[in-house]
Amino acid sequence: MEFFVQQIAAGLTSGAIYACVALGLVMIYVSTDHINFAQGEMAMFATYLAWAMIDAGVPYWAAFGLTVLIAFSGGVFIQRVVLKPLEHAPVLALVVCFIALLSIFNAIAGMIWSYTIKQFPTPFPARDVFGNGLVSVQQLGVVAVTMVMLAILTVFFRYTTLGLAMRAAAQNPVSARLMGVRVSWMLALGWGLAAGIGAIAGMLVAPIVFLDPNMMTGILVYGFAGALVGGIGNPMGAVAGGFIVGVLENLVGSYVIGNELKLSFALVIVIGVLLLKPAGLFGRIIVRRV
Amino acid sequence: MATVLEAKGLSAWYGPIRALYDLDISIEQGGVTALLGANGAGKTTTLRALCNMVRRSGAASFMGADISRKSTEDIVRMGVAHVPEGRGTFVALTVEENLRLALHIRSDKRAAMRDMDLVFTYFPRLKERVQQQAGTLSGGEQQMLAIGRALMLGPKLMLLDEPSFGLAPLVVREIFRILRDINEKEHVSMLIVEQNAAMALDLADHVYLLETGRVVTSGPAALVRDDDALRKSYLGY
Repeated sequence: MEFFVQQIAAGLTSGAIYACVALGLVMIYVSTDHINFAQGEMAMFATYLAWAMIDAGVPYWAAFGLTVLIAFSGGVFIQRVVLKPLEHAPVLALVVCFIALLSIFNAIAGMIWSYTIKQFPTPFPARDVFGNGLVSVQQLGVVAVTMVMLAILTVFFRYTTLGLAMRAAAQNPVSARLMGVRVSWMLALGWGLAAGIGAIAGMLVAPIVFLDPNMMTGILVYGFAGALVGGIGNPMGAVAGGFIVGVLENLVGSYVIGNELKLSFALVIVIGVLLLKPAGLFGRIIVRRV
Repeated sequence: MATVLEAKGLSAWYGPIRALYDLDISIEQGGVTALLGANGAGKTTTLRALCNMVRRSGAASFMGADISRKSTEDIVRMGVAHVPEGRGTFVALTVEENLRLALHIRSDKRAAMRDMDLVFTYFPRLKERVQQQAGTLSGGEQQMLAIGRALMLGPKLMLLDEPSFGLAPLVVREIFRILRDINEKEHVSMLIVEQNAAMALDLADHVYLLETGRVVTSGPAALVRDDDALRKSYLGY
Protein backbone atom coordinates (compact mmCIF):
# COMPACT_ATOMS: atom_id res chain seq x y z
CA MET A 1 0.00 0.00 0.00
CA GLU A 2 2.79 2.39 0.94
CA PHE A 3 4.50 1.63 -2.35
CA PHE A 4 1.25 2.27 -4.22
CA VAL A 5 0.80 5.72 -2.61
CA GLN A 6 4.42 6.59 -3.38
CA GLN A 7 3.85 5.63 -7.00
CA ILE A 8 0.75 7.83 -7.21
CA ALA A 9 2.67 10.76 -5.69
CA ALA A 10 5.54 10.24 -8.11
CA GLY A 11 3.03 9.95 -10.93
CA LEU A 12 1.39 13.23 -9.99
CA THR A 13 4.80 14.92 -9.88
CA SER A 14 5.79 13.82 -13.35
CA GLY A 15 2.18 14.45 -14.38
CA ALA A 16 2.56 18.09 -13.32
CA ILE A 17 5.56 18.41 -15.61
CA TYR A 18 3.79 16.70 -18.50
CA ALA A 19 0.89 19.05 -17.85
CA CYS A 20 3.21 22.06 -18.36
CA VAL A 21 4.58 20.62 -21.58
CA ALA A 22 1.05 19.78 -22.75
CA LEU A 23 -0.09 23.33 -21.93
CA GLY A 24 2.72 24.74 -24.04
CA LEU A 25 1.73 22.53 -26.95
CA VAL A 26 -1.95 23.46 -26.60
CA MET A 27 -1.10 27.17 -26.41
CA ILE A 28 0.47 27.04 -29.87
CA TYR A 29 -2.00 24.54 -31.25
CA VAL A 30 -5.09 26.60 -30.48
CA SER A 31 -3.65 29.76 -31.97
CA THR A 32 -1.99 28.27 -35.06
CA ASP A 33 -3.26 24.68 -35.52
CA HIS A 34 0.30 23.37 -35.38
CA ILE A 35 2.18 21.06 -33.06
CA ASN A 36 5.47 22.66 -32.10
CA PHE A 37 7.98 19.81 -32.07
CA ALA A 38 10.63 22.17 -30.75
CA GLN A 39 8.63 22.83 -27.56
CA GLY A 40 10.82 20.43 -25.54
CA GLU A 41 14.15 21.75 -26.82
CA MET A 42 13.09 25.35 -26.22
CA ALA A 43 12.30 24.37 -22.63
CA MET A 44 15.66 22.62 -22.28
CA PHE A 45 17.50 25.66 -23.62
CA ALA A 46 15.71 27.96 -21.19
CA THR A 47 16.62 25.60 -18.35
CA TYR A 48 20.30 25.92 -19.30
CA LEU A 49 19.96 29.69 -19.11
CA ALA A 50 18.55 29.32 -15.61
CA TRP A 51 21.39 26.97 -14.69
CA ALA A 52 23.98 29.47 -15.97
CA MET A 53 22.39 32.27 -13.93
CA ILE A 54 22.21 30.18 -10.75
CA ASP A 55 25.77 29.02 -11.36
CA ALA A 56 26.80 32.69 -11.57
CA GLY A 57 25.26 33.32 -8.15
CA VAL A 58 21.76 34.60 -8.95
CA PRO A 59 19.24 33.46 -6.28
CA TYR A 60 16.96 30.62 -7.42
CA TRP A 61 13.62 32.41 -7.66
CA ALA A 62 15.18 35.47 -9.35
CA ALA A 63 16.74 33.18 -11.94
CA PHE A 64 13.40 31.39 -12.28
CA GLY A 65 11.52 34.62 -13.00
CA LEU A 66 14.19 35.97 -15.33
CA THR A 67 14.28 32.72 -17.27
CA VAL A 68 10.51 32.75 -17.79
CA LEU A 69 10.75 36.34 -19.05
CA ILE A 70 13.63 35.57 -21.40
CA ALA A 71 11.86 32.44 -22.68
CA PHE A 72 8.71 34.49 -23.27
CA SER A 73 10.59 37.09 -25.30
CA GLY A 74 12.43 34.33 -27.14
CA GLY A 75 9.12 32.70 -28.08
CA VAL A 76 7.75 36.00 -29.37
CA PHE A 77 10.99 36.57 -31.29
CA ILE A 78 10.89 33.13 -32.93
CA GLN A 79 7.32 33.66 -34.08
CA ARG A 80 8.04 37.12 -35.49
CA VAL A 81 11.33 36.29 -37.19
CA VAL A 82 11.13 32.61 -38.14
CA LEU A 83 7.45 31.75 -38.45
CA LYS A 84 5.76 34.93 -39.62
CA PRO A 85 7.41 34.75 -43.07
CA LEU A 86 5.98 31.20 -43.32
CA GLU A 87 2.40 32.33 -42.63
CA HIS A 88 1.09 31.06 -45.96
CA ALA A 89 3.54 28.17 -46.32
CA PRO A 90 2.27 24.58 -46.57
CA VAL A 91 2.17 22.47 -43.39
CA LEU A 92 5.19 20.38 -44.41
CA ALA A 93 7.38 23.48 -44.58
CA LEU A 94 6.37 24.29 -41.03
CA VAL A 95 7.06 20.77 -39.80
CA VAL A 96 10.55 21.00 -41.31
CA CYS A 97 10.96 24.37 -39.63
CA PHE A 98 9.97 22.97 -36.22
CA ILE A 99 12.38 20.07 -36.61
CA ALA A 100 15.12 22.51 -37.62
CA LEU A 101 14.44 24.58 -34.49
CA LEU A 102 14.60 21.40 -32.43
CA SER A 103 18.02 20.36 -33.71
CA ILE A 104 19.38 23.93 -33.65
CA PHE A 105 18.50 24.38 -29.97
CA ASN A 106 19.84 20.95 -29.15
CA ALA A 107 23.13 21.57 -30.96
CA ILE A 108 23.66 25.07 -29.56
CA ALA A 109 23.04 23.84 -26.01
CA GLY A 110 25.51 21.04 -26.54
CA MET A 111 28.04 23.46 -28.02
CA ILE A 112 27.84 25.97 -25.18
CA TRP A 113 27.29 23.73 -22.19
CA SER A 114 28.52 20.30 -23.47
CA TYR A 115 26.60 17.04 -23.40
CA THR A 116 27.67 15.95 -19.92
CA ILE A 117 24.82 15.94 -17.45
CA LYS A 118 24.57 18.67 -14.85
CA GLN A 119 22.87 18.86 -11.54
CA PHE A 120 20.08 21.43 -11.35
CA PRO A 121 19.16 22.86 -7.95
CA THR A 122 15.70 22.56 -6.48
CA PRO A 123 14.20 25.32 -4.35
CA PHE A 124 12.30 22.78 -2.28
CA PRO A 125 13.82 21.24 0.86
CA ALA A 126 14.53 17.51 0.78
CA ARG A 127 11.91 16.71 3.39
CA ASP A 128 8.74 14.73 3.67
CA VAL A 129 5.38 16.43 3.92
CA PHE A 130 3.99 14.06 6.52
CA GLY A 131 7.23 12.58 7.78
CA ASN A 132 6.26 9.07 6.72
CA GLY A 133 8.13 8.77 3.43
CA LEU A 134 5.05 9.02 1.25
CA VAL A 135 5.08 12.48 -0.31
CA SER A 136 8.11 14.76 -0.50
CA VAL A 137 8.03 18.56 -0.36
CA GLN A 138 9.72 18.52 -3.77
CA GLN A 139 6.78 16.60 -5.25
CA LEU A 140 4.24 18.87 -3.62
CA GLY A 141 6.15 21.94 -4.82
CA VAL A 142 6.18 20.82 -8.44
CA VAL A 143 2.43 20.22 -8.38
CA ALA A 144 1.82 23.55 -6.62
CA VAL A 145 3.85 25.55 -9.18
CA THR A 146 1.87 23.92 -12.00
CA MET A 147 -1.46 24.69 -10.35
CA VAL A 148 -0.51 28.33 -9.72
CA MET A 149 0.51 28.71 -13.33
CA LEU A 150 -2.76 27.15 -14.50
CA ALA A 151 -4.72 29.52 -12.27
CA ILE A 152 -2.89 32.55 -13.67
CA LEU A 153 -3.50 31.40 -17.25
CA THR A 154 -7.17 30.74 -16.57
CA VAL A 155 -7.67 34.22 -15.13
CA PHE A 156 -5.75 35.72 -18.05
CA PHE A 157 -7.81 33.97 -20.74
CA ARG A 158 -11.17 34.26 -19.06
CA TYR A 159 -11.11 37.72 -17.49
CA THR A 160 -8.75 39.98 -19.44
CA THR A 161 -9.56 41.58 -22.78
CA LEU A 162 -6.11 40.63 -24.09
CA GLY A 163 -6.86 36.98 -23.30
CA LEU A 164 -10.23 37.39 -24.97
CA ALA A 165 -8.56 38.90 -28.05
CA MET A 166 -6.19 35.91 -28.20
CA ARG A 167 -9.08 33.47 -28.06
CA ALA A 168 -10.96 35.41 -30.72
CA ALA A 169 -7.91 35.53 -32.99
CA ALA A 170 -7.47 31.76 -32.66
CA GLN A 171 -11.11 31.06 -33.41
CA ASN A 172 -11.80 33.35 -36.33
CA PRO A 173 -8.77 35.35 -37.47
CA VAL A 174 -10.60 37.23 -40.24
CA SER A 175 -13.37 38.37 -37.96
CA ALA A 176 -10.88 39.20 -35.20
CA ARG A 177 -9.05 41.51 -37.60
CA LEU A 178 -12.34 43.26 -38.28
CA MET A 179 -12.59 43.90 -34.54
CA GLY A 180 -9.19 45.61 -34.68
CA VAL A 181 -7.24 42.70 -33.15
CA ARG A 182 -3.65 42.47 -34.43
CA VAL A 183 -3.89 38.77 -35.12
CA SER A 184 -0.26 38.09 -35.97
CA TRP A 185 0.84 39.66 -32.68
CA MET A 186 -1.64 37.42 -30.87
CA LEU A 187 0.13 34.42 -32.43
CA ALA A 188 3.45 35.80 -31.26
CA LEU A 189 2.01 36.20 -27.78
CA GLY A 190 0.83 32.57 -27.91
CA TRP A 191 4.38 31.52 -28.76
CA GLY A 192 5.74 33.62 -25.93
CA LEU A 193 3.36 32.04 -23.42
CA ALA A 194 4.17 28.56 -24.71
CA ALA A 195 7.90 29.20 -24.36
CA GLY A 196 7.46 30.63 -20.84
CA ILE A 197 5.37 27.65 -19.74
CA GLY A 198 7.93 25.31 -21.30
CA ALA A 199 10.72 27.01 -19.36
CA ILE A 200 8.83 26.36 -16.13
CA ALA A 201 8.42 22.69 -17.09
CA GLY A 202 12.13 22.44 -17.82
CA MET A 203 13.17 24.00 -14.52
CA LEU A 204 10.79 21.72 -12.62
CA VAL A 205 11.96 18.55 -14.27
CA ALA A 206 15.70 19.27 -14.35
CA PRO A 207 16.34 18.47 -10.63
CA ILE A 208 14.64 15.09 -11.15
CA VAL A 209 16.13 13.88 -14.44
CA PHE A 210 19.33 16.01 -14.42
CA LEU A 211 20.10 18.64 -17.02
CA ASP A 212 21.40 17.60 -20.43
CA PRO A 213 20.55 18.64 -24.00
CA ASN A 214 18.37 15.58 -24.53
CA MET A 215 16.53 15.99 -21.25
CA MET A 216 13.15 16.87 -22.79
CA THR A 217 12.99 14.35 -25.65
CA GLY A 218 11.04 11.70 -23.78
CA ILE A 219 9.09 14.24 -21.75
CA LEU A 220 7.79 15.86 -24.93
CA VAL A 221 6.24 12.52 -25.94
CA TYR A 222 4.53 12.22 -22.55
CA GLY A 223 3.39 15.83 -22.76
CA PHE A 224 2.01 15.23 -26.23
CA ALA A 225 0.17 12.16 -24.96
CA GLY A 226 -1.22 14.26 -22.09
CA ALA A 227 -2.40 16.98 -24.48
CA LEU A 228 -4.11 14.39 -26.67
CA VAL A 229 -5.78 12.62 -23.75
CA GLY A 230 -7.21 15.90 -22.51
CA GLY A 231 -8.19 17.16 -25.94
CA ILE A 232 -5.55 19.14 -27.77
CA GLY A 233 -7.65 22.30 -28.04
CA ASN A 234 -8.40 22.59 -24.35
CA PRO A 235 -5.90 24.00 -21.77
CA MET A 236 -7.72 22.59 -18.73
CA GLY A 237 -8.01 19.23 -20.47
CA ALA A 238 -4.31 19.29 -21.28
CA VAL A 239 -3.43 19.72 -17.61
CA ALA A 240 -5.81 16.95 -16.55
CA GLY A 241 -4.43 14.79 -19.36
CA GLY A 242 -0.87 15.44 -18.20
CA PHE A 243 -1.69 14.27 -14.68
CA ILE A 244 -3.56 11.22 -15.97
CA VAL A 245 -0.63 10.21 -18.18
CA GLY A 246 1.83 10.77 -15.32
CA VAL A 247 -0.05 8.54 -12.89
CA LEU A 248 -0.86 5.83 -15.44
CA GLU A 249 2.72 5.78 -16.69
CA ASN A 250 4.04 5.24 -13.16
CA LEU A 251 1.53 2.56 -12.23
CA VAL A 252 1.86 0.69 -15.51
CA GLY A 253 5.66 1.04 -15.27
CA SER A 254 5.91 -0.34 -11.74
CA TYR A 255 3.25 -3.03 -11.87
CA VAL A 256 2.84 -4.15 -15.46
CA ILE A 257 5.52 -3.58 -18.05
CA GLY A 258 8.55 -2.37 -16.13
CA ASN A 259 10.32 0.96 -16.32
CA GLU A 260 12.16 0.25 -19.56
CA LEU A 261 8.99 0.16 -21.64
CA LYS A 262 7.33 3.21 -20.08
CA LEU A 263 7.98 5.47 -23.06
CA SER A 264 6.31 3.03 -25.43
CA PHE A 265 3.31 3.18 -23.14
CA ALA A 266 3.05 6.92 -23.90
CA LEU A 267 3.05 6.12 -27.60
CA VAL A 268 0.33 3.52 -27.04
CA ILE A 269 -1.74 6.25 -25.39
CA VAL A 270 -1.13 8.59 -28.33
CA ILE A 271 -2.25 6.01 -30.88
CA GLY A 272 -5.12 4.78 -28.72
CA VAL A 273 -6.56 8.25 -28.25
CA LEU A 274 -6.21 9.12 -31.93
CA LEU A 275 -7.99 5.89 -32.90
CA LEU A 276 -10.74 5.78 -30.31
CA LYS A 277 -11.46 9.33 -29.19
CA PRO A 278 -9.69 11.91 -31.38
CA ALA A 279 -11.30 14.81 -29.54
CA GLY A 280 -9.76 13.62 -26.25
CA LEU A 281 -11.53 13.11 -22.94
CA PHE A 282 -12.37 16.76 -22.42
CA GLY A 283 -12.40 17.93 -26.04
CA ARG A 284 -15.18 20.46 -26.32
CA ILE A 285 -17.69 20.07 -29.07
CA ILE A 286 -18.70 23.47 -30.33
CA VAL A 287 -22.37 23.84 -31.11
CA ARG A 288 -23.04 25.76 -34.25
CA ARG A 289 -26.25 26.70 -35.93
CA VAL A 290 -26.29 27.66 -39.58
CA MET B 1 -21.68 67.63 -47.67
CA ALA B 2 -18.38 66.26 -46.45
CA THR B 3 -17.05 62.92 -47.65
CA VAL B 4 -16.21 60.31 -45.05
CA LEU B 5 -14.66 57.74 -47.35
CA GLU B 6 -13.32 58.12 -50.85
CA ALA B 7 -11.77 55.66 -53.28
CA LYS B 8 -10.31 56.48 -56.67
CA GLY B 9 -9.31 53.92 -59.28
CA LEU B 10 -9.97 51.06 -56.87
CA SER B 11 -9.07 47.67 -58.34
CA ALA B 12 -8.84 44.24 -56.73
CA TRP B 13 -7.62 40.76 -57.57
CA TYR B 14 -8.19 37.21 -56.37
CA GLY B 15 -4.97 35.51 -57.36
CA PRO B 16 -4.55 36.28 -61.07
CA ILE B 17 -8.24 37.11 -61.53
CA ARG B 18 -9.20 40.75 -61.55
CA ALA B 19 -12.45 41.43 -59.72
CA LEU B 20 -12.69 45.24 -59.71
CA TYR B 21 -11.87 47.74 -62.43
CA ASP B 22 -11.01 51.31 -61.38
CA LEU B 23 -13.96 52.07 -59.15
CA ASP B 24 -14.53 55.65 -58.02
CA ILE B 25 -16.63 55.75 -54.90
CA SER B 26 -17.32 58.44 -52.36
CA ILE B 27 -19.48 58.14 -49.28
CA GLU B 28 -21.10 61.16 -47.73
CA GLN B 29 -20.79 61.81 -44.04
CA GLY B 30 -23.95 60.89 -42.18
CA GLY B 31 -25.56 59.27 -45.19
CA VAL B 32 -26.34 55.74 -46.28
CA THR B 33 -24.85 54.61 -49.56
CA ALA B 34 -25.96 51.37 -51.16
CA LEU B 35 -23.86 49.20 -53.43
CA LEU B 36 -26.16 47.13 -55.61
CA GLY B 37 -25.72 44.61 -58.38
CA ALA B 38 -26.12 40.98 -59.33
CA ASN B 39 -24.14 38.05 -57.94
CA GLY B 40 -20.48 38.36 -58.76
CA ALA B 41 -20.68 42.05 -59.58
CA GLY B 42 -17.94 42.78 -57.05
CA LYS B 43 -19.94 44.22 -54.15
CA THR B 44 -18.33 42.19 -51.39
CA THR B 45 -14.94 42.61 -53.04
CA THR B 46 -15.37 46.39 -52.94
CA LEU B 47 -15.91 46.30 -49.18
CA ARG B 48 -12.92 43.99 -48.76
CA ALA B 49 -10.74 46.18 -50.96
CA LEU B 50 -11.65 49.26 -48.95
CA CYS B 51 -10.48 47.44 -45.78
CA ASN B 52 -7.38 46.04 -47.44
CA MET B 53 -8.49 42.42 -47.08
CA VAL B 54 -7.67 41.49 -50.70
CA ARG B 55 -4.89 42.40 -53.11
CA ARG B 56 -5.84 45.84 -54.32
CA SER B 57 -4.59 49.01 -55.96
CA GLY B 58 -5.81 52.58 -56.18
CA ALA B 59 -6.24 55.42 -53.75
CA ALA B 60 -8.48 55.30 -50.69
CA SER B 61 -8.94 57.80 -47.92
CA PHE B 62 -10.99 57.89 -44.73
CA MET B 63 -11.79 61.25 -43.09
CA GLY B 64 -9.06 62.75 -45.21
CA ALA B 65 -6.36 60.25 -44.17
CA ASP B 66 -4.80 57.89 -46.69
CA ILE B 67 -5.77 54.28 -45.89
CA SER B 68 -4.58 52.60 -49.08
CA ARG B 69 -1.53 51.11 -47.33
CA LYS B 70 -2.97 50.63 -43.87
CA SER B 71 -3.62 47.17 -42.45
CA THR B 72 -7.19 46.00 -41.89
CA GLU B 73 -6.74 46.28 -38.11
CA ASP B 74 -5.57 49.86 -38.38
CA ILE B 75 -8.43 50.87 -40.67
CA VAL B 76 -10.83 49.38 -38.13
CA ARG B 77 -9.09 51.25 -35.33
CA MET B 78 -9.55 54.50 -37.27
CA GLY B 79 -13.32 54.05 -37.11
CA VAL B 80 -14.41 51.81 -39.98
CA ALA B 81 -16.54 48.92 -38.73
CA HIS B 82 -16.97 46.14 -41.26
CA VAL B 83 -19.90 43.78 -40.70
CA PRO B 84 -18.73 40.90 -42.87
CA GLU B 85 -20.51 38.52 -45.17
CA GLY B 86 -21.58 35.49 -43.13
CA ARG B 87 -21.67 37.62 -39.96
CA GLY B 88 -18.25 36.57 -38.60
CA THR B 89 -19.62 35.26 -35.32
CA PHE B 90 -17.13 33.96 -32.74
CA VAL B 91 -19.16 30.81 -32.26
CA ALA B 92 -17.41 29.43 -29.18
CA LEU B 93 -17.50 32.73 -27.29
CA THR B 94 -20.54 33.95 -25.41
CA VAL B 95 -22.64 36.84 -26.72
CA GLU B 96 -21.13 39.08 -24.06
CA GLU B 97 -17.57 38.08 -24.99
CA ASN B 98 -18.32 38.76 -28.65
CA LEU B 99 -19.23 42.33 -27.69
CA ARG B 100 -16.58 42.78 -24.99
CA LEU B 101 -13.88 41.97 -27.55
CA ALA B 102 -14.07 45.59 -28.71
CA LEU B 103 -12.73 46.71 -25.31
CA HIS B 104 -9.37 45.41 -26.47
CA ILE B 105 -8.95 48.43 -28.75
CA ARG B 106 -11.06 51.00 -26.90
CA SER B 107 -9.02 53.32 -24.73
CA ASP B 108 -12.06 54.87 -23.08
CA LYS B 109 -13.51 51.86 -21.24
CA ARG B 110 -16.37 53.85 -19.78
CA ALA B 111 -17.56 55.01 -23.20
CA ALA B 112 -17.26 51.40 -24.36
CA MET B 113 -19.50 50.21 -21.53
CA ARG B 114 -22.02 52.89 -22.52
CA ASP B 115 -21.90 51.51 -26.05
CA MET B 116 -22.63 48.06 -24.64
CA ASP B 117 -25.83 49.45 -23.10
CA LEU B 118 -26.59 51.11 -26.42
CA VAL B 119 -26.26 47.75 -28.21
CA PHE B 120 -28.70 46.23 -25.72
CA THR B 121 -31.25 49.01 -26.23
CA TYR B 122 -31.15 48.47 -29.99
CA PHE B 123 -31.11 44.69 -29.65
CA PRO B 124 -32.88 43.67 -26.43
CA ARG B 125 -32.79 40.09 -27.65
CA LEU B 126 -29.02 40.03 -27.28
CA LYS B 127 -29.36 41.13 -23.68
CA GLU B 128 -31.60 38.13 -22.98
CA ARG B 129 -28.88 35.88 -24.36
CA VAL B 130 -25.69 37.49 -22.99
CA GLN B 131 -24.30 34.32 -21.44
CA GLN B 132 -25.29 32.07 -24.33
CA GLN B 133 -22.69 30.61 -26.67
CA ALA B 134 -22.93 32.77 -29.80
CA GLY B 135 -22.95 29.77 -32.13
CA THR B 136 -26.35 28.76 -30.77
CA LEU B 137 -28.03 32.02 -31.81
CA SER B 138 -30.42 32.06 -34.76
CA GLY B 139 -29.32 33.65 -38.03
CA GLY B 140 -31.18 36.87 -37.27
CA GLU B 141 -29.69 37.08 -33.79
CA GLN B 142 -26.22 36.49 -35.17
CA GLN B 143 -26.75 39.35 -37.61
CA MET B 144 -27.82 41.55 -34.69
CA LEU B 145 -24.71 40.45 -32.83
CA ALA B 146 -22.53 41.32 -35.83
CA ILE B 147 -24.03 44.82 -35.99
CA GLY B 148 -23.70 45.02 -32.20
CA ARG B 149 -19.99 44.16 -32.39
CA ALA B 150 -19.56 46.87 -35.02
CA LEU B 151 -21.36 49.41 -32.80
CA MET B 152 -19.06 48.48 -29.90
CA LEU B 153 -16.14 49.81 -31.93
CA GLY B 154 -17.66 53.29 -31.74
CA PRO B 155 -17.40 53.64 -35.53
CA LYS B 156 -17.80 56.64 -37.79
CA LEU B 157 -18.56 54.45 -40.78
CA MET B 158 -20.17 51.02 -41.03
CA LEU B 159 -19.64 48.72 -43.98
CA LEU B 160 -22.49 46.23 -44.08
CA ASP B 161 -22.24 43.14 -46.24
CA GLU B 162 -25.69 41.73 -46.99
CA PRO B 163 -27.31 42.11 -43.61
CA SER B 164 -30.47 40.49 -45.02
CA PHE B 165 -28.74 37.28 -46.10
CA GLY B 166 -30.72 34.13 -45.28
CA LEU B 167 -33.15 35.90 -42.96
CA ALA B 168 -36.95 35.86 -42.83
CA PRO B 169 -38.58 39.00 -44.32
CA LEU B 170 -39.90 40.11 -40.94
CA VAL B 171 -36.43 39.93 -39.39
CA VAL B 172 -34.95 41.76 -42.37
CA ARG B 173 -37.43 44.59 -41.89
CA GLU B 174 -36.61 44.79 -38.18
CA ILE B 175 -32.87 44.93 -38.86
CA PHE B 176 -33.21 47.62 -41.52
CA ARG B 177 -35.36 49.68 -39.19
CA ILE B 178 -32.66 49.46 -36.54
CA LEU B 179 -29.97 50.34 -39.08
CA ARG B 180 -31.90 53.50 -39.97
CA ASP B 181 -32.12 54.36 -36.26
CA ILE B 182 -28.40 53.84 -35.79
CA ASN B 183 -27.66 56.00 -38.81
CA GLU B 184 -29.88 58.83 -37.62
CA LYS B 185 -29.29 58.78 -33.86
CA GLU B 186 -25.67 57.70 -33.62
CA HIS B 187 -24.62 59.59 -36.75
CA VAL B 188 -22.89 56.55 -38.19
CA SER B 189 -22.41 56.77 -41.96
CA MET B 190 -23.09 53.53 -43.82
CA LEU B 191 -22.07 51.72 -46.95
CA ILE B 192 -24.40 48.80 -47.48
CA VAL B 193 -24.10 45.93 -49.94
CA GLU B 194 -27.36 44.16 -50.73
CA GLN B 195 -29.06 41.61 -52.96
CA ASN B 196 -32.35 42.79 -51.53
CA ALA B 197 -32.35 45.93 -53.65
CA ALA B 198 -35.79 47.12 -52.60
CA MET B 199 -34.87 47.19 -48.89
CA ALA B 200 -31.54 48.85 -49.58
CA LEU B 201 -33.03 51.51 -51.85
CA ASP B 202 -35.49 52.33 -49.10
CA LEU B 203 -32.74 52.91 -46.57
CA ALA B 204 -30.12 54.51 -48.78
CA ASP B 205 -29.88 58.05 -50.01
CA HIS B 206 -27.19 57.33 -52.58
CA VAL B 207 -26.67 54.33 -54.85
CA TYR B 208 -23.90 52.75 -56.88
CA LEU B 209 -24.85 50.08 -59.41
CA LEU B 210 -22.13 47.53 -60.08
CA GLU B 211 -21.76 45.10 -62.95
CA THR B 212 -18.78 42.75 -63.40
CA GLY B 213 -16.49 44.87 -61.30
CA ARG B 214 -17.40 48.25 -62.78
CA VAL B 215 -19.69 51.06 -61.73
CA VAL B 216 -22.50 51.24 -64.29
CA THR B 217 -24.34 54.13 -62.79
CA SER B 218 -24.57 56.08 -59.58
CA GLY B 219 -26.77 58.75 -58.13
CA PRO B 220 -29.45 59.56 -55.57
CA ALA B 221 -31.45 56.51 -54.46
CA ALA B 222 -34.72 58.09 -55.54
CA LEU B 223 -33.49 58.36 -59.10
CA VAL B 224 -32.77 54.61 -59.33
CA ARG B 225 -35.99 53.77 -57.54
CA ASP B 226 -38.01 55.68 -60.13
CA ASP B 227 -36.12 54.53 -63.19
CA ASP B 228 -38.04 51.44 -64.36
CA ALA B 229 -35.63 50.52 -67.12
CA LEU B 230 -32.60 50.73 -64.85
CA ARG B 231 -34.28 48.76 -62.10
CA LYS B 232 -35.46 46.02 -64.44
CA SER B 233 -32.13 45.54 -66.17
CA TYR B 234 -29.86 45.63 -63.15
CA LEU B 235 -31.95 44.84 -60.09
CA GLY B 236 -34.49 42.47 -61.59
CA TYR B 237 -37.71 43.89 -60.24
